[in-house]
Amino acid sequence: MTTIDNRPDLPSDAGPEGQPVLSARGLVKTFGRVVGLDGVDLDLHRGEVLAVIGDNGAGKSTLIKALTGAFVPDAGEITMDGDRVHFKRPQDARAAGIETVYQTLAVAPALDIASNLYLAREERKKGPLGSVFRMLDKKGMRERAEQAISDLGISTIQNMGVAVESLSGGQRQAVAVARAAAFGGRVVVLDEPTAALGVKESGQVLDLVKRLRDKGLGVILISHNMPHVWEVADRIHVQRLGRCAGVITPDSHTMSEGVAIMTGATQLSG
Amino acid sequence: MNHTGKTTLRTRLACGAALALAATSLAACGASGSEDGSVAVTLITKDSINPFFLAMQEGAKQAGKQEQVDVTLAAGQEDGDEEGQIQAIENAIAEGQDGILIVPNGPGVNPAIEKARDSGLYVIALDTPPEPADTVDITFATDNGRAGELVGEWAKTQLGGEKATVALLDLFNDKVVSVDHTRDQGFLTGMGIDTADPLKNGDEAPTGSYDGGDYEIVCNEPTDGAEDGGRTAMENCLNANPDINVVYTINEPAAYGAMAALEAAGKSADDVLVVSIDGGCQGVKAVTDGVIDATSQQYPVEMAKQGVEAIKTIAKGGEAPEPTKGLDFFDTGVELVTDAPADGVDSIDSAAAEKLCWG
Amino acid sequence: MTQPRTEAAPAATTEPDTGSATKEFARRQTPAQRIQHLLHAHPAISPALILVLTFAMFTLLNERFASPTTISLLLQQTAVIACLAVGQTLIILTAGIDLSVGAIAIVSMMVMAKVSIDHGAPGPLALLIGVATAVAAGGLNGFLVTKVKLPPFIVTLGSLSIFTAIALLYTGGQSVQQVDMAPLLSWTGEVIPLGAFPITTGILLVGVVYLVVGFALGQTAWGRHVYAVGDDAEAARLAGISVTRVLFSVYLAAGVIYGLAAWVLIGRAGAASPNGIVEANLESITAVVIGGTSLFGGRGGVVGTLLGAVIVQSFAVGLFLAGVDDQWRLFAVGVLVILAVSVDQWIRRVRA
Repeated sequence: MTTIDNRPDLPSDAGPEGQPVLSARGLVKTFGRVVGLDGVDLDLHRGEVLAVIGDNGAGKSTLIKALTGAFVPDAGEITMDGDRVHFKRPQDARAAGIETVYQTLAVAPALDIASNLYLAREERKKGPLGSVFRMLDKKGMRERAEQAISDLGISTIQNMGVAVESLSGGQRQAVAVARAAAFGGRVVVLDEPTAALGVKESGQVLDLVKRLRDKGLGVILISHNMPHVWEVADRIHVQRLGRCAGVITPDSHTMSEGVAIMTGATQLSG
Repeated sequence: MNHTGKTTLRTRLACGAALALAATSLAACGASGSEDGSVAVTLITKDSINPFFLAMQEGAKQAGKQEQVDVTLAAGQEDGDEEGQIQAIENAIAEGQDGILIVPNGPGVNPAIEKARDSGLYVIALDTPPEPADTVDITFATDNGRAGELVGEWAKTQLGGEKATVALLDLFNDKVVSVDHTRDQGFLTGMGIDTADPLKNGDEAPTGSYDGGDYEIVCNEPTDGAEDGGRTAMENCLNANPDINVVYTINEPAAYGAMAALEAAGKSADDVLVVSIDGGCQGVKAVTDGVIDATSQQYPVEMAKQGVEAIKTIAKGGEAPEPTKGLDFFDTGVELVTDAPADGVDSIDSAAAEKLCWG
Repeated sequence: MTQPRTEAAPAATTEPDTGSATKEFARRQTPAQRIQHLLHAHPAISPALILVLTFAMFTLLNERFASPTTISLLLQQTAVIACLAVGQTLIILTAGIDLSVGAIAIVSMMVMAKVSIDHGAPGPLALLIGVATAVAAGGLNGFLVTKVKLPPFIVTLGSLSIFTAIALLYTGGQSVQQVDMAPLLSWTGEVIPLGAFPITTGILLVGVVYLVVGFALGQTAWGRHVYAVGDDAEAARLAGISVTRVLFSVYLAAGVIYGLAAWVLIGRAGAASPNGIVEANLESITAVVIGGTSLFGGRGGVVGTLLGAVIVQSFAVGLFLAGVDDQWRLFAVGVLVILAVSVDQWIRRVRA
C-alpha cells in the first residue's frame, strides 16, 4: 500500500490533457431483463474531479460498482494508465489503487481514528515482535494517521485516539476521506459525501475533495447535490437510462441545464 | 392360561431423539397382551439417560424374562417431558395391555393415567408418587425419609456423644423437590434432631441436642447433586466452620466433591463423617475406597421387578399390592451400606452392596 | 443554495473558528462527561470499582472474607467459569452470544475422560481429543452462524440441547472418577502451596488463557478485526475484512477455550461428570456483561470479564460468610447486570 508520504512521483503526462488514470469503454451490465449499463464510456484524469450525476435508476451506482470491482461487467473494458485491468472483487480494485468512500462511510464507530484508518491494513511492529507475535505497531500507525489527517488540512481532528463515534458527521466523513486518500494510489471515489451533512460541514468536505485533486489523485464524485457538484467538479458525467448522456463542465452549462440533460428534457448534441 | 414355554419378551427402546433438531416424540410399541394370553406391561421412566432409570429398565427386563411377561420400555425425552409419557400411556391402552409402571414427569400425565385405569389397566407409580398420590393405584418407592434416617442413626452412633458440628449439603436452594427434604429431614430425624417443618430444609434450630450430645448445624448449602457443586459447598462451609465433623450429602457425586474439599483443606477421612444416599455402584465403590463412610442403598431394579410381578399377579386374578404399614406407598427397601457397622443399626458391607448395586 | 465556484475561498476561512470552538467546548465538559469519556476509553473501570466496593463491603460484614484462605477458595471456585467466560467474551464481542458454553465443556470433558478410561488413551492424547471435540463443537456453531447465516442465539440454543444430549447419551449419566483417568487430566487440580494462599495449576492455566487472549485482542490485527466485526459488520466488510473468517475463527477459538475449561473442571471436581456446572451458560454471560463488555458487540474485553466473574462469586462467598440468605445473591447479580448494561448504553452516547 502507498501512504501519502511514500506515494511515487506522478507520471509527467498527468493532467487533464494527459492519459486518463481510469478509463472505461462500452461497459454493459444487465440484471436479468433489467439493463443497468448499456454501453457506457468514462474517462478520469489525474488531478481532476469528475462528478457523476444522474436520476435514480440511471445507472450511477452500477457504473461505480463496475469501476470499483463490486461487479464484473458483462462487456466492455477498463484501463488504468493505459493498462487493461480486470477487477473480480473490490480487493482487486483496491490493490490497483482505487479507493472508495461509501455513503455509509464504513467506519467502525467504537474504534479510534487511527484504527479505522488502518482497518484491514494494520501494520505490525518490526522484528520478531511483529512477525512471531503479530504485535501491532500502534504508535507508528497513530503517528502516520496524524500525518495523513494533517496532510489533508483537516484541523478539527487532533487526537487520533478518540473513538470515531464521538466525532461529528463531517469529521467522520473527513476520516473516511483521509483513509481513502492515504491508501488510494490513483483514484478516490466518493459516494454522496455531503448527503447527510449540514452547510458548514459540507463545505469542509468539499475542500477535502479539492485537496485530493490538488494532490494529483483522480476523484470521482457521485452526488445529487447540484450546487456542490458545480462547486467542485472539473467535468460532469451525466448518466441517463444506463448510458452516458454527455460530459459537461460547470462553465459550459448551468445547473438547470445539467438537470435537464439528466432528466432527458434536453439532449446534448454530439 | 397356558404358555407354550416360548419367551415372548419384546423390548423396543423408545428413541430419546435429542440428536435431531426436530425433536420427535417416542413411540412405545408393545405386544398385544390379549392376543396370545400373555401379560403385557409398559415401563415408562422419566428419561432413558439417568442411570437410576436405566437400572429400572434392567429390572423390568429381568422380571419380564423370569415371569414371561411382555415388557415394553418407554421414557420421556428428558426429565419433565410429559408429552412423551402421555403417548406411551395411550399406546399401552390401545394395545390392551394389563398394566403400566410409571415414574411421572409431572401432573400433566394424570389425565392419561386415569384414562388407563378406566380402561382396566393397573397403574403403579415408581420412585416418585404423582400429585395427588391416589392418581395411580399404588406407588412403589424407596422410603427416602428412612434412607436419611439410617445414615443419621449411624452417624449418631459413631459420634458417641461427641459434639456434632453438622454440614448439610442439599440438592437445591432455589427450588423445592421432595427428595431433597425427605432425605435431609430424615437424616436429622435419625440423628435425633428436631426438624421443625419436615417439608422445609434449613429451618431447624442451629444449636441444640441430638440423641447423645450437643449439635450445631453450621450450613445448608446446595450442590446441584454433582461433584463440582459438592466441592464448592463444602469449601464454603468449611471456611466458615473449620470444626465440621459430620457431613450429610444428598447423593454420592456431591459427597465426592465434598471429600475433595475436605482433603484440600487438610482434613483426613478420620476427622469427618461423610454420609450419603443412593447406593449406585459408583457410590458403593466410594464406601469401599473410604471416601464415603456410610450410604443408604436404594433398589430401583427391585422397584421395577416387583412392579412387573404385581401386575402379573393382578392380571391372573390375584390380589392387588398394599402400601407398606405406616406409609402411603409400597416400600421397595433401603439398606445401610457401611464398612464400619454401628451398634443398633443394621447394615450391610460394601462387598455385599456391590452385588446389589445399580448403575 | 446557489454557490458559484469562486466562493470556495470563504469556506476555508471558517475552519479556524470551528477549531477554537471545539477547544472551547472541550473545556466546558461536565464531570459526568469526563467520566463518560473515561469509561468509554477504559470500560473495565466500572467492574474494577464494583469489585473493590464488593470486597470492602463483605470484609466489613465478616472479616474472614479478606483472609488468604477465602480469597484462595474464591479464585478456585471462579476458575472454571472465568475460563469459559473468555470464550463467551470473544463471541459477545462479535455481537453474538453462546448459550452452549457449558454443554460444549461437558462434552469435551466426558470425551477426554472416557477416551482415557475406556480406550486407555495416554493423558496428552486424551486431552487433545477432548479439546478437539470442543473445537469441532465450536466449529459447528461457527458454521451455522457464518455459512447458514442463522442468528447466534438460535444456533447455540439448539446446539445447547444437542451437546447436552450427546454428553448424557455417551456417558449414561455416569461420572468418571479422577483415579480412573490418566493423571494428566486432573493435573489442573494440583495445588501449589504458597503458604496460606494455595493456588492450583488450574488457576495458573486460566491466567495464561487470559493473558494470551487479552494480548490477541489488544495487540494484534485479528483482535482489531474482532472488535470491528462486532461494532459494525458491514463497515468491516466494506473495509476489506473477511467477516466470515473472523466470525468462524472466534467460534473455533472459543472451542479451544471451552476445552481448556473442561480440563480445569476435571481437576476441580475430581471427576468428569455430565451433570456438573449446571448454570455455566448463564453464569458466563453474567460475568461478561458485568465486566463491561457490551452485548451489542464491539466494546469491552477480557479484563472486565475476569473482574465480572470474581464479582459474581464474591457475592456467593461473601453473603454466605455474612450469614445472609443466598436468594439475595441472585437479587444482587440481577441488579449488577442491569447496572452494567445501563452504563454501557450511557457511554455509547459519548460525544467529543
